[in-house]
Amino acid sequence: MTALRNLRVIELANERLSFAGKLMADMGADVILIEPPEGEVSRGYPPFLNNQPGENRSLYFWHYNTSKRSAVLDLNVPADRERFTALLSTADVLIESEPTTRLASLNLDYAQLQPINPRLIHAAMTPYGRNEPLSDLPVTDLTLMAAGGPPWSCGYDDHTLPPVRGWGNQAYHTGCHYVFMSVLTALLHRQHSGTGQFIDVSMTAALNITTEAASYSWLINQSTVQRQTGRHAATVPTGETQMRCADGRHVNTGVPPRFPTEFNKLLNWLRTLNLEQHLPEAVFLEMGAQWEGPFDLSQLGRDDTITAIFSAGREALKLIARSVSAYEFFIGCQEAGLAVGAINSPEEAFEDPNFKARGFQVPVHHDDLDTTFTYPGAPYKLPRSPWSISRRAPHLGEHSDQLWSELQ
Amino acid sequence: MEQALAGIRICDFTGQLAGAGATKWLAAFGAEVIRIEDPVREGRWDILRGMEPFKPGQRGLDHGGAFNNHNTDKLGITLNLRTEKAKDILRNLIEISDAVTENFAAGVLDRWGFGYEQLRAIKPDIVYVSNCGFGHRGPYQAYKTWGPIVQAMSGLTFSASLPEQEPAGWGYSYMDHTGGYYMAMAIMLALLHRQQTGEGQWVDLACTEAALTLNGPALLDWTVNQRPMRGSEAPNANRSQFQPMAPHGIYPCVGEDNWIAISVRHNDDWYLLTQLIDAAWTAPFDDEAYRLDHQDQLDQQITAWTRLQDKFELQGRLRQLPIPAAAVQKPEERITQDPTTANFSLWPTVVHTAMGEVQVDGLPVHFSETDWQIKRGAPCLGEHNEHVLTRLLGLSAEEVQHLTEEGVL
Repeated sequence: MTALRNLRVIELANERLSFAGKLMADMGADVILIEPPEGEVSRGYPPFLNNQPGENRSLYFWHYNTSKRSAVLDLNVPADRERFTALLSTADVLIESEPTTRLASLNLDYAQLQPINPRLIHAAMTPYGRNEPLSDLPVTDLTLMAAGGPPWSCGYDDHTLPPVRGWGNQAYHTGCHYVFMSVLTALLHRQHSGTGQFIDVSMTAALNITTEAASYSWLINQSTVQRQTGRHAATVPTGETQMRCADGRHVNTGVPPRFPTEFNKLLNWLRTLNLEQHLPEAVFLEMGAQWEGPFDLSQLGRDDTITAIFSAGREALKLIARSVSAYEFFIGCQEAGLAVGAINSPEEAFEDPNFKARGFQVPVHHDDLDTTFTYPGAPYKLPRSPWSISRRAPHLGEHSDQLWSELQ
Repeated sequence: MEQALAGIRICDFTGQLAGAGATKWLAAFGAEVIRIEDPVREGRWDILRGMEPFKPGQRGLDHGGAFNNHNTDKLGITLNLRTEKAKDILRNLIEISDAVTENFAAGVLDRWGFGYEQLRAIKPDIVYVSNCGFGHRGPYQAYKTWGPIVQAMSGLTFSASLPEQEPAGWGYSYMDHTGGYYMAMAIMLALLHRQQTGEGQWVDLACTEAALTLNGPALLDWTVNQRPMRGSEAPNANRSQFQPMAPHGIYPCVGEDNWIAISVRHNDDWYLLTQLIDAAWTAPFDDEAYRLDHQDQLDQQITAWTRLQDKFELQGRLRQLPIPAAAVQKPEERITQDPTTANFSLWPTVVHTAMGEVQVDGLPVHFSETDWQIKRGAPCLGEHNEHVLTRLLGLSAEEVQHLTEEGVL
């Protein structure tokens, strides 16, 4: 039993939209990827199986198209447009990221589809929204990000270095998250209204409101955040939170110790590592461990004792970081109750025992290669309607015949 | 206008952004979101409640700007769950709710006597969605996180960097925003499941797992080809990660901290760009393979060319070609100067009882039939105690008054 069982989604192939289709397909929807005869362009994107380009070897395409079926239609051809319309009359959802006027020019936009299928939910995701001509200019994940705001907040204390755009297609993902949330909302509405609707999703708008303090600091008091190395961009500079450990890897130290139990555990850890004699401020850790009543951080910089204890906590963390590996630092701090994290590379995160134990690594069988590969797993666990990859990414037009015979 | 989620009631313990962001979406589409806060600690488990930014001349627990931004259109009540009477009120509220939502550390609701088993005893088809960094089950279940820790542990921080530098990471809690998106999806998926089957369920959302799914192709490159992202050099995250594209980066422009992003996808884009640059140095780079192999050198040339130009003027010229280009917009530029955000009604004004009128983040979507509405500011502490307890739970105003005096509310 899956939450999106019996839901048919038509996805007009477009690399920036493919993640939205995956989110739906892995929750059990019958997602049909409609590709042009030459195939979706991301079928040719690296990385490739065994680093060799070729048909059905793109790991990029594999990832973004799990659990989908593929059918080929050339919407410039009248007979294929008829098939598309017939398919849409059986569908619950259409998702697309076409140029803003293309579907209207083909007589296939919501205005034409709605009379055929009043239950249809049609979500269009474009760079700036359906009514904005700028949406038809070429974009990449990088330029969407720059326009939408995130890189302004990301980078280094040294502002001669450029702002940084985080990797991973996150501009596409952010737009796709909003496509999925919108479709779910419209489905809940349709359950009682019986009717679908048109949804206009703007990718740059999605990024604009995925920037945390950058937007609301300006909205509230017209202040501007400035980027800082490894921590939140802020309107006033804040202390460093990133440290390099003995193994050369970095950690994020999060919020330094503030509670007596935290100071106490930190002190004990320091003693276990035989490092107490190397920390002149250790005496303040003891005071922190014995502190009674609230440890009022608003007194930092005003009350000498509170300031000394707080800074001793930071110094102790730095000293320990230099002596242990990033992973040991993470475990040790968390055992002391401190929210710190090791800065893992994606593959290190993937191999981390916690995610393995929770079943994040999932096998996906590729019948065409007679091999099973390991894929990243579920973003959420719904025990009654589990996420699952029901099949590998489809070959181009693999399900055309099956689909057209279903439509007969 | 009709509201898409009218009739859905959420008993909401969420806070910060990772949780509150999820229920903000639901409230904007008409769900009745009832936020529960602790009167003894004045709702401070959500540290944003009384935190900056403030409107000029304002300060205090009911004036936190981020809190207002993330909690629009929600109702707010206080319950002192150390008291039996408050627990009774909560039980009555759960009985008439569709979902219970929280993003505490694992085990908090259990300790109050409101873990999933107890919730189910109160309302058999309840949807319960918990959102915490490492999930409620697994080796790290006792460990604590917030956005930057989730990003660090999942690989997102590592893959946001420049060569010869430590990781830059994300200068904000990308995964608090995005964790909230996954939480909203999980709530709605579980509600859809319930509509079809009558069954409730507990969704154990681990923010770090949601984050891990956001590096899919890189993970497959690891599991299939055994190619790690950690190598001798840090990634250059402004370059293209997958498709071969060059130049592809963020380049300086005239003025203080002004930058422009340019992506040249293929030879056609490059040809257009060389027409604009109009200089002899571009000739050897006409070969795509050469461009890709000499990106450092290419970036230096492009930098020398952009450095003397105004970022918006250059953006205009590049868009005329057109090739993908966008100025790195500062908050002021996005919000007040870029007409596309205002045209999309992206910054609605809400009325907050204590703060007055405030502009907030809207939503990046528009529905033809049941569009979102963001009108009311976040609730002041206990602002809707009387409204919720009298209208939904049938108490009298006098009883509410009495409970307040007793320290239950």
